[in-house]
Amino acid sequence: MDWFPYFLQQLINGLTLGSVYGLIAIGYTMVYGIIGMVNFAHGDVYMIGAFQAMIMLLICGALGISWVPAILLLMLIVSVVLTAAYGWTVERIAYRPLRGSSRLAPLISAIGMSVLLENYVQLVQGPRPKPVEPLIRGGFQLMGGGADNSFVVQLGYMQIVIVMITIILMGAFAMAIGNTSLGRQQRACEQDMKMASLLGVNVDRTISLTFVLGAALAAVAGMMVTLYYGNNDFFMGFVAGIKAFTAAVLGGIGSLPGAMLGGILIGLIEAFWSAYFSAEYKDVAAFSILVLVLIFRPTGLLGRPEVEKV
Amino acid sequence: MTDAVMRTALPAKKPNIYVEAFKEASVTAVLVFLLSVYMVGLQTQASQGQPLSFTTRFADVFWACILVPCGRYLIALDRQGLHLPALIGGIVSFVYLFGVGTFGLAGSLAYDTFPHPFDEPMVNIIFGLGGIYIFGAAYHGTRTRRHGGLTIDQREAKEQRSASWARRMSGILGPMLVGVAVVIPVFMPFSPWSGATRQVVETLVLILTYVMLGWGLNIVVGLAGLLDLGYVAFYAVGAYTYAKLSTELGLNFWECLPLAGILAASFGVMLGFPVLRLRGDYLAIVTLGFGEMIRIVLINWQDFTGGPNGIGSIPKIDFFGLPFERKAPPGEDTFASFFGLDFSTSHRVFFLYYVILVLALITNFVTIRLRRLPIGRAWEALREDETACRALGINPTNTKLTAFAIGAMFAGFAGSFFASRQGFVSPESFVFIESAQILAIVVLGGMGSQVGVALAAILLIGLPEVMRELSLYRMLFYGMCMVLIMLLRPRGLLAHREPTIQLKKRGYSR
Repeated sequence: MDWFPYFLQQLINGLTLGSVYGLIAIGYTMVYGIIGMVNFAHGDVYMIGAFQAMIMLLICGALGISWVPAILLLMLIVSVVLTAAYGWTVERIAYRPLRGSSRLAPLISAIGMSVLLENYVQLVQGPRPKPVEPLIRGGFQLMGGGADNSFVVQLGYMQIVIVMITIILMGAFAMAIGNTSLGRQQRACEQDMKMASLLGVNVDRTISLTFVLGAALAAVAGMMVTLYYGNNDFFMGFVAGIKAFTAAVLGGIGSLPGAMLGGILIGLIEAFWSAYFSAEYKDVAAFSILVLVLIFRPTGLLGRPEVEKV
Repeated sequence: MTDAVMRTALPAKKPNIYVEAFKEASVTAVLVFLLSVYMVGLQTQASQGQPLSFTTRFADVFWACILVPCGRYLIALDRQGLHLPALIGGIVSFVYLFGVGTFGLAGSLAYDTFPHPFDEPMVNIIFGLGGIYIFGAAYHGTRTRRHGGLTIDQREAKEQRSASWARRMSGILGPMLVGVAVVIPVFMPFSPWSGATRQVVETLVLILTYVMLGWGLNIVVGLAGLLDLGYVAFYAVGAYTYAKLSTELGLNFWECLPLAGILAASFGVMLGFPVLRLRGDYLAIVTLGFGEMIRIVLINWQDFTGGPNGIGSIPKIDFFGLPFERKAPPGEDTFASFFGLDFSTSHRVFFLYYVILVLALITNFVTIRLRRLPIGRAWEALREDETACRALGINPTNTKLTAFAIGAMFAGFAGSFFASRQGFVSPESFVFIESAQILAIVVLGGMGSQVGVALAAILLIGLPEVMRELSLYRMLFYGMCMVLIMLLRPRGLLAHREPTIQLKKRGYSR
């Protein structure tokens, strides 16, 4: 059982990372499900969420608030509200006017929006990476240590917080999509936008709210990453965005449980690959597994097979 | 129509447009406040060895929260048919803010005498540009107002007109552009910009490289309808092929060119195989992943590719054996001495220009010819309907693979040209944003329109070169332009995406 502690540690790290990817991936998958476009700016919305959370943390420090749950709650609320405003604005400016045009026009406009957001943040917040002091330190020591100097398995408190928040949010989210009127409207728009609008669903509003929800979840992910890794820069959204998009496709784009599953899988693949093979090629591994899965299941793990209509 | 029904059904009261507009503006004010209060209002500062600190900039937030809602108010009035306030407000704010900003950029003292909302001159200019946008929207509003709304038939007729206009424009513009391209370097020395001849021609070389890449990607995206987000990978393969072959085996450019093309094409097939069954956005993410994989391998395979440092001192292009050097090895001629010219560094630039022009025109010519061959017809058919293609006996596997291979081949040519021009390749030149840029050129050009792609390349590559002086704001403007152009012309500059041939409709007419 020598391998087990090391394996367990990677499992914990992978799950933490995967939760973050999963939260971002939901934004991609929801938007894709409802209007069939890849929102390339979503990674940058996540980056903005991380920045807002970081600034809130600094303000808390300046105001002398030191009770950790209060700080967490403030960061969560502020970052979610402010980032949701960005999600709404991006949709309103760059995507809504293009609804109903060719499939590629919103894609290009999304790429433009991504370039715009990155450079905007670089201008207003400066190009340097921002180191953030960890708020929650320490953790449980699950195994190892002691006299025989064996491998120490750490389960950080922050990791627990991340996984817990993700589970709570996912549960709440699944309930919301399944049971509320907004969720029903979203599913109606997903199936047939024109018919939904004929039946009195405000399609524009539903789509806007989808973007707002996606941005809110991305903001939570951004906040957790700020606290966990504590190194924000204006370019952090690009790689995370691509990973999350990969996760969404891996799980089957358009499927919410698929996005979460895909996110966790990508997180695990990365953690294990970096631990056992090479950290440099972890992205290659993630993409290769995506290709492999898609060869055998062209619509992802949990995606519904597309019915071709002529 | 619903509006008309509503109006007849409920004649009750007409809302006051000023109040309505004010409501919209207040919502905008709240939104702008939310967007800017943290991101703009508090600037975080990271300095070595110190904890993160921040400084405040609430004046900027305040002005943004005033100016943007004002603009929104004018637009809202404009939508209700009151164009005049928007026309006046737009142009006045443009002239004032833009003027003040320009003073600031020029470092003139006038910047301090005129009150200006933002310290940074460039931000004033950006808000001034917002003013001109309002003006433009209002002006457009006055024109469409006069013509009234369009019925579906009218709209279709309008689209048909614009398509036939695009076709006619392509017919005229194409040869014109080629003509201009051929003579530009010859006339540059006699033009007012003769001092900058070399820079201009170098920029043109860059633009032509992207024209060629755009035409290559057009085969994959525009003709075959396969969304490829990792096109830059083939460009990288071509560039590294030339870099390796010329530095290690001493092959020259013309020997490397076909090899680079072949190698890139085989990478295209390699990518094509696993993605044959995928459609739409699944294809997009796999191609994106492929592009990233190639880049990561280039970064990490230190022994072969030189890692992040890349490969340097790649032999430059020569004129069919005559080098563009000041001095040749004894017993050999340089280009200048052979033709009895004085040595000049611009000879090489001019030669590069004509090489890439010829390469790009070859790409164009091949594409146009291929469109008329069975394979080209099959691509377009595949783009329109894959299921029907299968039913009619077209082999989708071969069709897709040839599209990938031929598209990749041209990227390989362009890549090897790039390497010989730079004399240096590194993974940094082959990032995702390059792929996005090439795709933007294709989409903006109008998907399948060759002249449109050339125009889009001039716009998207030339624009940042012109804006080089804006340094930090350059990419911000670039992103804005990408969004704006897409909003204004969602179907591309010269949009006519229609099959090359069509069976005539029979039996009914509209």
